[in-house]
Amino acid sequence: MSELNFLPLSGILVVILGFALRFNPLLVVTCAGIVTGWAVDLDYLTLLETFGEKFLNSRQLASFLLLLPVIAILERYGLQQHAKSWIASIKGATTARILSVYFVVRECAAALGLINLAGQAQTVRPLLAPMALGAASNLHGDLPKPIRDMISAHAAACDNIAVFFGEDIFIAFGAVLLMDAFLRENGIAGIEPLHIGLWAIPTAIAALIVHLFRLARLEAKIHQQIARHTEQQDSDGPAAREELA
Amino acid sequence: MSAMTTTATAQPALLSIGNIYLLIGFVVLFLVIKTLQDKDHPKRLTTALFWGLFGSVFLLGDLSVTYLGESLTYRWVGVCVIAIALLAGMGKVSMGSYDVPSDEVQTASARRIGNRLFIPAVLIPVVTVVCTILLKDIQLGSLYVFDQSHVTLAALTLACTIALLVSWKFTGGSPLQALGESRRLVDSIGWAAILPQMLAMLGGVFIVANTGTAIQDLVTLFVSPDNRFMLVVIYCVGMALFTMVMGNAFAAFPVMTAGIAVPFLIQGHGASPAPLVAIGMYSGYCGTLMTPMAANFNIVPAALLNLKDKYQVIKVQIPTALSLLFINILLMYGVIFND
Repeated sequence: MSELNFLPLSGILVVILGFALRFNPLLVVTCAGIVTGWAVDLDYLTLLETFGEKFLNSRQLASFLLLLPVIAILERYGLQQHAKSWIASIKGATTARILSVYFVVRECAAALGLINLAGQAQTVRPLLAPMALGAASNLHGDLPKPIRDMISAHAAACDNIAVFFGEDIFIAFGAVLLMDAFLRENGIAGIEPLHIGLWAIPTAIAALIVHLFRLARLEAKIHQQIARHTEQQDSDGPAAREELA
Repeated sequence: MSAMTTTATAQPALLSIGNIYLLIGFVVLFLVIKTLQDKDHPKRLTTALFWGLFGSVFLLGDLSVTYLGESLTYRWVGVCVIAIALLAGMGKVSMGSYDVPSDEVQTASARRIGNRLFIPAVLIPVVTVVCTILLKDIQLGSLYVFDQSHVTLAALTLACTIALLVSWKFTGGSPLQALGESRRLVDSIGWAAILPQMLAMLGGVFIVANTGTAIQDLVTLFVSPDNRFMLVVIYCVGMALFTMVMGNAFAAFPVMTAGIAVPFLIQGHGASPAPLVAIGMYSGYCGTLMTPMAANFNIVPAALLNLKDKYQVIKVQIPTALSLLFINILLMYGVIFND
């Protein structure tokens, strides 16, 4: 191995810095491209052409724009309200069950390409976290802040994990199209997005099993922490009780 | 650096990739007009310019390649890209004003339409898959319906059109209204809608700059190219770590795959590409779950939910992420080698 050249890695530093300083990601990514080009002595016209060529040739990534009119019109006529009342009609609710049902529905929907049907802002904050908290306080009464936070964090995690590991099954999703475009550009032919989507299924199932297993243990964990907290409260006396309110 | 293999062997098709890009271009153009008509929009002109530049790449890109040649086209698209990044970076792109019916009105119409509201949404994936698998070869005369090298995308386009017509029937809202309504969604996604394409572009620059080779060199310093299992471990763990740095598996994917997976696993050991990239990308997603760089998923929710510890979502996600990374490594090692 002759001399090692790590200058091409300089763009990675720009990305780390840019995100750490919270600049707009589009700007960070463009700057990282410029810095990388500059670090390896690419002349600026070639760099500009590379920008243009790659952007033009990855236009298929924007195809999700075609989905939005359908979702938008359905939302105007009450899709979210209907989804809410539908989820709320599920009986026998405990924190773990609500989160598990949401996880399954969300992962399946993502696998069908319905990625924007839910999300942290649209469903987790107004719907999922309150329902999960409500179910816990039905059982245990008022919840102390650390336990409330733990349940809310689990609600957010459910949404992330379910959508991440479901979405790559849907063959028109950006990630699958990106992988497809990458293989084509690297001269690896004969792979349809469908093949890539199929190979996302085993991990998606593993994610379902692993996370549902963790959620199944969440209920016991809540019990345990409540018990520990009550114990502490009893020994600390009424002063600690005040803090909760 | 070859362009994607679309034009060389392309057979004429009704839903050709070129027509689909034109369609996306017209959708974006419609959104630009709607934005310009939105008198209460705080950043009307710059937001319209942002989307206008983006849309022009779709409307004029192929035309420009034909008449001005590749080199000149790539240059003006490159300039557009930089302008788009500057507009977003200076905070000149924002939400507008929208006429959204009240919650009561929406609830009433939800009750009226009921489960039929789900039908168009479910139709999209169903029609896409059915067309991709069963109908991809249909022809009208000598004209294919679906672009033979982009069957999935062509099928998706058809599916969206059908879903739009069906929702017209069930809701009574016209397709034109649907297009106008979609501005609300596009604006709420905002610059993030363009990020995947930008990251693909950065990946492209990394490829030209041989960043993959630098990583490849790094890898050969530590692992023997004959050790299949360690190569799989390095690729999966590398995807997760690099994704944690970049905050996004899309950005890590081209570099790590060009640096490790293609030379060592596909070319070196004849690994099967489809499962390799699918599981590789998912290893990257394990990284996404563990990094504050993926702000939208990990930091924003902590704020939305008023958590005391802004890293708590990440902490909750780590056990699942690590288990799945481990499973991915074993799974990949188990399935990619055919011999």
